[in-house]
Amino acid sequence: MKSFIEYIVSIFKGVWTLLIGMKVTGKYVFTPWKHVTHSYPENRDTLVMFERFRGEVIMPHDANNEHKCTGCGICELNCPNGSIEIISKSIVTPEGKKKRLIDQHIYHLGMCTLCNLCVKACPTGAIVMGQNFEHAVWDRAKLTKVLNQPGSKISEGVKE
Amino acid sequence: MSEIKEVIVKTDRLATDKYQVNMGPQHPSTHGVLRLLVTLEGEKVLNVQPHTGYIHSGIEKMCEAITYPQIIHLTDRMDYLSAHMSNEAVALCVENALQIEVPDRVKYIRTIMDELTRLASHQLWWCVYGMDLGALTTFFYGLRDRELILDIFEETCGARMTVSYNTPGGLMFDIHPNFQKRVKDYIKYFKTKLPEYDQLLSGNVIMRERTEGIGYLTLEEAIDFGVTGPSGRASGFSNDVRKHQPYSAYPLVKFNEILDHRCDSLARYEVRIKEMWESISIIEQLIDNIPEGDYALKMKGVLKLPEGEFYQRVETARGEFGVFIISDGKKNPYRLKFRSPGFSNLFALNNMAKGHKIADLVAIMSTLDLIIPDIDR
Amino acid sequence: MAFNIYDFTTLTHDIHVGLAESFSPVLATTIEWVIVGVVYLLFVALFGLFLVYAERKVCAAFQQRLGPTRVGPWGLLQTIADFIKLLMKELIMPRKADWFLYNLAPFIVIIASFLAIAVLPFAPGLQSLDFDIGVFYLTAVSSVGVIGILLAGWSSNNKYSLIGAMRSGAQILSYELSVSLSLLTMVVFAGTMQFSAIVEGQRDAWFIFSGHIPAVIAFVVFLIAGTAETNRGPFDLAEAESELVAGFHTEYSGIKFAMFFLAEYINLFIVSAVAATVFLGGWMPLHFGNFESFNHVMDFIPPVMWFFMKVLGVIFVIMWFKWTFPRLRVDQILTLEWKYLLPINLVNILLMALVVLTKFHF
Repeated sequence: MKSFIEYIVSIFKGVWTLLIGMKVTGKYVFTPWKHVTHSYPENRDTLVMFERFRGEVIMPHDANNEHKCTGCGICELNCPNGSIEIISKSIVTPEGKKKRLIDQHIYHLGMCTLCNLCVKACPTGAIVMGQNFEHAVWDRAKLTKVLNQPGSKISEGVKE
Repeated sequence: MSEIKEVIVKTDRLATDKYQVNMGPQHPSTHGVLRLLVTLEGEKVLNVQPHTGYIHSGIEKMCEAITYPQIIHLTDRMDYLSAHMSNEAVALCVENALQIEVPDRVKYIRTIMDELTRLASHQLWWCVYGMDLGALTTFFYGLRDRELILDIFEETCGARMTVSYNTPGGLMFDIHPNFQKRVKDYIKYFKTKLPEYDQLLSGNVIMRERTEGIGYLTLEEAIDFGVTGPSGRASGFSNDVRKHQPYSAYPLVKFNEILDHRCDSLARYEVRIKEMWESISIIEQLIDNIPEGDYALKMKGVLKLPEGEFYQRVETARGEFGVFIISDGKKNPYRLKFRSPGFSNLFALNNMAKGHKIADLVAIMSTLDLIIPDIDR
Repeated sequence: MAFNIYDFTTLTHDIHVGLAESFSPVLATTIEWVIVGVVYLLFVALFGLFLVYAERKVCAAFQQRLGPTRVGPWGLLQTIADFIKLLMKELIMPRKADWFLYNLAPFIVIIASFLAIAVLPFAPGLQSLDFDIGVFYLTAVSSVGVIGILLAGWSSNNKYSLIGAMRSGAQILSYELSVSLSLLTMVVFAGTMQFSAIVEGQRDAWFIFSGHIPAVIAFVVFLIAGTAETNRGPFDLAEAESELVAGFHTEYSGIKFAMFFLAEYINLFIVSAVAATVFLGGWMPLHFGNFESFNHVMDFIPPVMWFFMKVLGVIFVIMWFKWTFPRLRVDQILTLEWKYLLPINLVNILLMALVVLTKFHF
């Protein structure tokens, strides 16, 4: 007799737990306007990423096409897998001193792991992390970028 | 009489053969690339032999060629759901070897981020577990809650999952001004959602039937295989590194180590749910009291560890993660070895799954919470 | 031709008279059969497409996301796109498969569904077959689908398909019992097996209200057994991917797979329609005995709409089951039937007989 009563009670308890589960999902199905998804390609205009988001490495240039990179090569040393190549050139200043300038700051976006070590190590703050994340291209050569724009030069007052 | 004996002998040959089936590297239940060679007799599982190595990337060898601050970004690709804890393990190992002590602010922030990572990892485990059992909505509820934690990470560290926030000596940058408010809002939100997890899956009679008494792992077996983490604690094996060898801010917080003695799948499930509650309690204790100070010590440009062998263990969401560094005085380690919790947990699967049906095998594997890149490195 | 949306008998009568005048009796009857066949085919095709789309949208609503939104306005053309894709796929047949049975199996499953739809009363006058053993015919015909499933598993020449088909077959055969017994409970209450008489008998109150406790228990048991019959919801182990392969329809591709897929959704419709007819009043509006004004208001909605509203409601509840509960293992499915649902059903029939004899109902 006891096992028969246990049988009946187990049926009611089981059905009760199922109904509680249904109540949880029922709460969401009857409010479908509260969906948590974004319509991604359509909301590009209003999409704002966080300022620290690591999308890619960029070298900001100001209005006069000037940047802060001295070509010291510390970022290249800190990069774990060689995604940065610095090609620098030497010029002689009017005072007669030899100065090193950046010729090309080559950045392999295809190899970069976005670890942020280069940005942290840069002594002048020349490179920062940009927030663009749409990097898909049809041609792999486009993933090798030169960060300093053509015709740009280093701005005045940047310490070595 | 002899005719009857002949008939009996003939039907004896109808007994089913053992046959081997590959649950191949491409799984419908996405735990990663793992090959299980399952020996079946009819419906019953006789033997499970895992074959690993499909995603071996040579991370330990790569670490021999790079310097200590550069190792950190590789560790978050191994056990990607406990990325911050793996980073912290390497950072702590280097700091202990150099015998430096980080500021208190760093310790508090590291512990808060650890517990947030543990919450995110357990949420993902819960949603995938529900999906393996067949309740497909749990997948989306778990991910919805995890997205908010990933937003917190993205605002402070810059990346959602592969955070790389630690460096030897402290953190890469200070926390964002919004960090505390976001975490407090999240805790308030999540406290209303965690009981829903219980209502949807834990109490469900179907779930109980599928997990009670399934996948038995005794205490002796757990100790023999070295099953750490929630899977081991569900068998009564007290192995929480945060209690036995506390690091960072863990000596300063009060929390319970969740032990359960029922040793089956349901126990492993409930241990993780209770750990989520404990994580919430730890974060609540720490979030308002972060001391002021530096976010990192000033370290030399090139770090060189003294000669010797150094080991550091942390408690990730899966179990005990260990970093073993043999240094010969140079700026690269001579040898670096990771003790991964998944590797030990995986090989207890054979003992757990013997004798059960094939439909239970996937559910049992899901309670072990395996991340395959962690096993293969 | 008078088109009265409240009562389709005028429309069908006019068509019949019109045909009988213009053609010989044999030709008129044949044309009527063709019209009925085409109407049913169109209805099945369109409703099947609609149900697949509805399932995806409802599933998305449970999971706090939007469903298909890009193909057509609100994603309405998504199912059509899926079916065009399935039509264009290559039909691969395993080499040693039994050619005749392999090709026959999808047809048997669809034919069983059509046979069952034929007896359902959609509206007064919109019922093509009105046997006086309607319920009995329905349970008999719905068992024909099992043959299709077993044939599909056997003829594929694949041991995993066979295992899946055997499991599916065992499950459907067991739950046939529960379905039939719960329908039998309501036949005891209604006193007749004819569908139109059952619907007429619910003019004052739906059976689920007038036959209180036994009818509610029978309804719940019917819902559970109905979802198990259609291999969906928490009872879909035979075709879920946690098994090694996809069950009895592994070896089917393209249009044949589409037929199995469609048959599953049509079976869902049939189960819901039978539940709506026998328990919830068919096309009868909601009437409460003596509230004349309330009944008058309820009569404004055409019976066809009442029928579809009830069917969609039951379909929604069945979808709710699927997206909330984890799956049952196959031995648990059979335990549920033989140790729980069957005794409950038998006791329920006894209870209903007592209720009818003592006239303890509304």
